[in-house]
Amino acid sequence: MSDELHDAQHDELREDTKPMSNPMPRRDALKAMAVAAMVPMLPESAAASPAPASREPLPLLNELQQQAKRKGPRGTPSDPVLQVAKADWPRKLLLRELATLGALCDMIIPADGKSLAASTVGAPGYINEWASRPGGDSSLVRVRGGLAWLDRESQARFGKRFHLATNAQRTAICDDICYQPKAKPEHQFAAQFFDTIRDQTATAFYTTPQGWKDLGYIGNVAIPTFEGPNAEIRRQIGLE
Amino acid sequence: MSSRRSKVAPQYDVIVVGSGAGGGMAAYQLSVQGLKVLLLEAGRDYDPVTETPMFQTPKDAPLRGSGNADKPFGFYDATVDGGWRVPGEPFTTAPGSQFSWWRSRMLGGRTNHWGRISLRMGPYDFKPKSRDGLGEDWPMTYETMAPYYDKAELLIGVYGGDDDLENTPRSSPGVLQPPPAARSYELLTKQACEPLKIPVIPAHRAVLTKRQDSARLPAKLHPGNALAQRVLRQSMNERMACFYATDCGRGCSIKANFQSTTVLIPPAMATGNVTLITDAMVREVSLDAQGKASGVHYIDKLTRVDHHVTAKVIVLAASACETSRIMLNSRSTLFPNGIANSSGVVGKYLMDTVGAGLSAQIPRLEGLPPVNEDGTAGIHMYMPWWNYGEQKAGKMSFARGYHIEFGGGRGMPGPGIFGGLESFTQGAYGRKFKEEARRYYGSFMYFDGRGEMIPNEDSYCEIDPSAVDQWGIPVLRFHWKWSDHETRQAAHMQQTFAEIIGKMGGTVQGTVQTDGSKAIATGGSIIHEVGTVRMGSDAKKSVLNEFGQTWDVKNLYVTDGATFVSNADKNPTLSILALAWRSCDHIVEELKRGNL
Repeated sequence: MSDELHDAQHDELREDTKPMSNPMPRRDALKAMAVAAMVPMLPESAAASPAPASREPLPLLNELQQQAKRKGPRGTPSDPVLQVAKADWPRKLLLRELATLGALCDMIIPADGKSLAASTVGAPGYINEWASRPGGDSSLVRVRGGLAWLDRESQARFGKRFHLATNAQRTAICDDICYQPKAKPEHQFAAQFFDTIRDQTATAFYTTPQGWKDLGYIGNVAIPTFEGPNAEIRRQIGLE
Repeated sequence: MSSRRSKVAPQYDVIVVGSGAGGGMAAYQLSVQGLKVLLLEAGRDYDPVTETPMFQTPKDAPLRGSGNADKPFGFYDATVDGGWRVPGEPFTTAPGSQFSWWRSRMLGGRTNHWGRISLRMGPYDFKPKSRDGLGEDWPMTYETMAPYYDKAELLIGVYGGDDDLENTPRSSPGVLQPPPAARSYELLTKQACEPLKIPVIPAHRAVLTKRQDSARLPAKLHPGNALAQRVLRQSMNERMACFYATDCGRGCSIKANFQSTTVLIPPAMATGNVTLITDAMVREVSLDAQGKASGVHYIDKLTRVDHHVTAKVIVLAASACETSRIMLNSRSTLFPNGIANSSGVVGKYLMDTVGAGLSAQIPRLEGLPPVNEDGTAGIHMYMPWWNYGEQKAGKMSFARGYHIEFGGGRGMPGPGIFGGLESFTQGAYGRKFKEEARRYYGSFMYFDGRGEMIPNEDSYCEIDPSAVDQWGIPVLRFHWKWSDHETRQAAHMQQTFAEIIGKMGGTVQGTVQTDGSKAIATGGSIIHEVGTVRMGSDAKKSVLNEFGQTWDVKNLYVTDGATFVSNADKNPTLSILALAWRSCDHIVEELKRGNL
């Protein structure tokens, strides 16, 4: 089917390039205008003289046919390739900032008996992807401003940057900014920043296989039959 | 298919505009009857078998798969060049009106990503005006449509139970697929709803829970039609049963759920009677000297060349508002206000579904042992409307009903998963945060009301004379207004959800709105926009007869949601399919009789 279709389009496009004679039927005139609109894209010689009568398609038209043949995603933001996706925008955070960010991520999700720390599964890199995204300027300001504040606060209190402070020292700062309703007025921005990083760190961590395992998410696998909750769960939630 | 090498334009029996539910069904039903069909789709070709991101995880996607302006329902959502905006194809809203319009530009249209919830309209839904004096009646009854619902359900595959409740009719025996087992939160909700006398029953969704009976069904659906039976058997054999993984909104490469591109278009193409042209943006229906539709003009999006194609019959199924747009833009001496619009009703009586939601945290669902609750990646249970009697008795402040869709549980952790945990845990971080995450995971639920909107004079679309899209086609301008029936219904939804959450021992997240205008979703945002080219029994008050044939131009039909006279709370796709099937039967008969 598709070959025949493209042949038909091919013919129609070639028709458009034939020398014109007057008077021109309205439809042909419209087509000629459509071709004229494409002229700037044509080689100069083609634009300067009447379109050739040759049965060979012009390079441009040939390309259009190729395009018409192409199936599948076109690789635009509204039609991205889903199978091999990647966030291909430049990252904006500096290594210096990532060091601070990594320390904060691990204060939020540290290693414990059940799973790794957030930085181990790439949380700072994800937050860099997120804060650097096109159109994400306000996120970037919040992240950068927060990281700068964190280092200055640590410097002021303990004489060293946040990631070089002891766990107890970092905890002292985090305790002040971890809950917006109880944060002091002068810590309001820092508390917003902390909540943003907590949300993003959780997003980064709990969307990994390690995070799924930690939560006990065991789906996304093909199974032949779907069973409801077992007796143990039914009992726990009060159905039996 | 006739050769396209000839310079003479091929003669088609039917041109179908649009390849979603209405257009896909038309292409299928007409081609299996031996008619030569030209199927025009404004978007690109799309193949769910090779393109669907099955099993891909959020981690594989930019920004963990979260939505953005280009992909509003998330990176993996099966929407191409669409969402709340289409590149280069704007629309406008009148001052004071808010309306959202979801479109996609791909083969199969919005059937690729929809929720697959497939509820029949009931006897009351076809005769709402007769029942309460509001809106308008459909020109046919439920009894007329019931066989088409049965056939549509058998064709696409719908799971559901055999409950037979007031205005929530059961399917004929043997039609539905077995419903999947209920999940823990669904069982808990059912238990909580019992004292409230709210029924919680198996949902109906267009997902195969077992393979279709390809030996028996084709002959049952197409008796005496060897071609139809052959292509349908082949199509059914290519469909697998659901393996209970991967969100249906991504589409389905194993063809377990219904989308036009896996269920309707493949058998239609297999007949050899369909010519498909994608990237073909139809702008106008042409009229001949006798006042019949002669063809359509479309713009090839890749070359920007304008084309005219002809056929004996034109079927519009471009989606409700897009179909109106084409008709309103098809002006002639005979129809200065748009083709087949002598009634002036084209564009009028635009409806969406009333939507309002509430979220909750349910302590009884905390800290449960791991269990796979992906299921069919959609609802297994729902609540049909239960207050018909109260409304009939005049005891309620709004006239029409709603159903409840609800979800939650231990779904795939995605972006924003613990966004609300600051307030639940008073700012936990560190080891405490990880413990709280384990405890709270799976304990959040949402309840969404989906209610009937009564058509009104203030909700419509028209051509905006001041704007065109990038194809030079005048765009639509939307006017929108809810009546008290809808806003009071939205408030009732909120109250009901709060009661259910209370019975479950849960905590409401956010505010229970008593003012429905604060709870109701923006018009169009439920993506059930229907009407604007409605059917009727009076040519002065409607555009179409009960077969989707325009009163004014007998070879012009509409088979998409534009035909809707009312918009029952039942999600529209299944009804679009059943109505389109019936329209196609009429086209075939009328062509045989030489009436078109």
